[in-house]
Amino acid sequence: MAISREDVIYVAGLARLELNEQEIQDYTQQLNSILDYAAMLEHLDTEGVVPTAHAVPLHNVLREDEVKPSISHDKTLRNAPDAEEGFFRVPRISLT
Amino acid sequence: MIFEKSISELHELLAHKEVSAAELTNAYLERIRDLDQDLQAYLTVLEEDAQKLASEIDQKIARGEELGALEGIPMAMKDNMCTEGVRTTCASQILREFYPPYDATVTTRLRDAGSILLGKLNMDEFAMGSSTENSAYMKTRNPWNLDCVPGGSSGGAAVSVAADLAAFSLGSDTGGSIRQPAAFCGVVGLKPTYGAVSRFGLIAYASSLDQIGPLTKTVRDNALVMNAIAGYDAMDSTSVRYDKPDYTKFLINDIKGLKIGLPREYFGEGIDPEVAKGIQKCVETLRGLGAEVSECSLPHTEYAIPAYYLIATAEASSNLARYDGVRYGYRAEASDVLGMFRKTRAEGFGQEVKRRIMLGTYALSSGYYDAYYLKAQKVRTLIKQDFDQAFEKFDVLLGPAAPTPAFKFGEKSNPLTMYLSDITTVPINLAGIPAISIPAGFVNGLPIGMQLMGKPFNEGTLYRVAYTFEQTTNYHTLKPNLSGEVLARGSR
Repeated sequence: MAISREDVIYVAGLARLELNEQEIQDYTQQLNSILDYAAMLEHLDTEGVVPTAHAVPLHNVLREDEVKPSISHDKTLRNAPDAEEGFFRVPRISLT
Repeated sequence: MIFEKSISELHELLAHKEVSAAELTNAYLERIRDLDQDLQAYLTVLEEDAQKLASEIDQKIARGEELGALEGIPMAMKDNMCTEGVRTTCASQILREFYPPYDATVTTRLRDAGSILLGKLNMDEFAMGSSTENSAYMKTRNPWNLDCVPGGSSGGAAVSVAADLAAFSLGSDTGGSIRQPAAFCGVVGLKPTYGAVSRFGLIAYASSLDQIGPLTKTVRDNALVMNAIAGYDAMDSTSVRYDKPDYTKFLINDIKGLKIGLPREYFGEGIDPEVAKGIQKCVETLRGLGAEVSECSLPHTEYAIPAYYLIATAEASSNLARYDGVRYGYRAEASDVLGMFRKTRAEGFGQEVKRRIMLGTYALSSGYYDAYYLKAQKVRTLIKQDFDQAFEKFDVLLGPAAPTPAFKFGEKSNPLTMYLSDITTVPINLAGIPAISIPAGFVNGLPIGMQLMGKPFNEGTLYRVAYTFEQTTNYHTLKPNLSGEVLARGSR
């Protein structure tokens, strides 16, 4: 077993996901089965192989820092679940 | 019937005033009303907008202005491409009420080309899946057999073209999501080279793998759509500056002397023998047309699935962190902000999306990064090198687009079983090369697709082989039976 029940709960915390008991059980079992399969990669010798992050070699993409039109304040807030006086409104952030 | 025609045929009819853009658009809208309650390809239909655009095109035709290749042509887009003011859900509850404040570059380019957007198409939630069963809203059905899936994640995009609910569509392909549904539904689907088509406004799944491409009825149509959507875009920093050709110049009915490689890994274990046999038959056709065909090997193919699922989910876990219930999308009520994040994401995402976020977060987490994510990136290098070496000897590689024909709903309920069905498509995304699936016959009454893989930015050679094959075969002209009785039987 690569992943324990505690691992699943810990990773769900990192991913900001609330899981119910059924999900904890399912994901523990399913992630183990997927990672068992992925273990075949261990048998492949990759000593000295350079990792590929992007298929097309990327270089820094730079441009002049020019002011261009952007999406208006109103339009930006139109999709917000809760907005007030031009701000995104969220539940309280700290207890104090 | 008019809705069965190709883009090039429709263009001639419009240009010669044999049909108006309004009539054409209404013909599609009517067909959507007739069939889509059974097929469920569309999440959103834009009746009024489409009619308005069509009448503008008709005024242009009346003024005698020259008509562009896609002008007045009704089409549809997968619901992960942003359309300003038009609901874009990614087939997720978390974006149920998302109205993008801007257009994706492909949306802008098709609008500029005068295409008429009929609506937005169903898909696996966040493009995660191979059957469109992961949509939070509905199951799209395969028009060739209503008990079968259309493939995925661009299932709606493939069905809209196969069932003539649009003249063409756009899909996106992260691990096969254009080519596999194109194969399952019997249409032409291209995954362009990474960087050839702008991803600006495409809702991200795995950014180093995602690519938008056309699904069409013919190879010529595919080249016409690529002419409109491909090319450098400053809004996408991974967009590549390349010499964009007129893709229709490659529609040459001649492949004499062209070197085609058959990777033996694409015909062996895990591939339905009937599918392999069907593709071999196509190979004989190409050989008869003068292609020089021989076997080759892509030795790291079997490692592609684990490498892909580690890289794609790692990127997804990062990309999907933005869905936090603050700026857009669904928000669950909670007394503090952390609780709100956790509940919003728990309620807003479906099971497969959560599973992939979990896998990706784990693969990136401290202590496991080297063993999983970094290892997968190194394997990605080996897979890319396999292709580089093969392309020293061959112009094109050929294999099936999917290991089986379309499967039944619920048949692959185990996540790993579903992942394994992507074996013939994910290596291509890892390598960033272009590949096309074209209709290549039938197995048990279901279409199969032949996949052609090419060198980076060499879509032209793929079109040439695909076009030559198409001119010699009639698979692309065959249509599913969608009479009332068939639909009634399927709905029961």
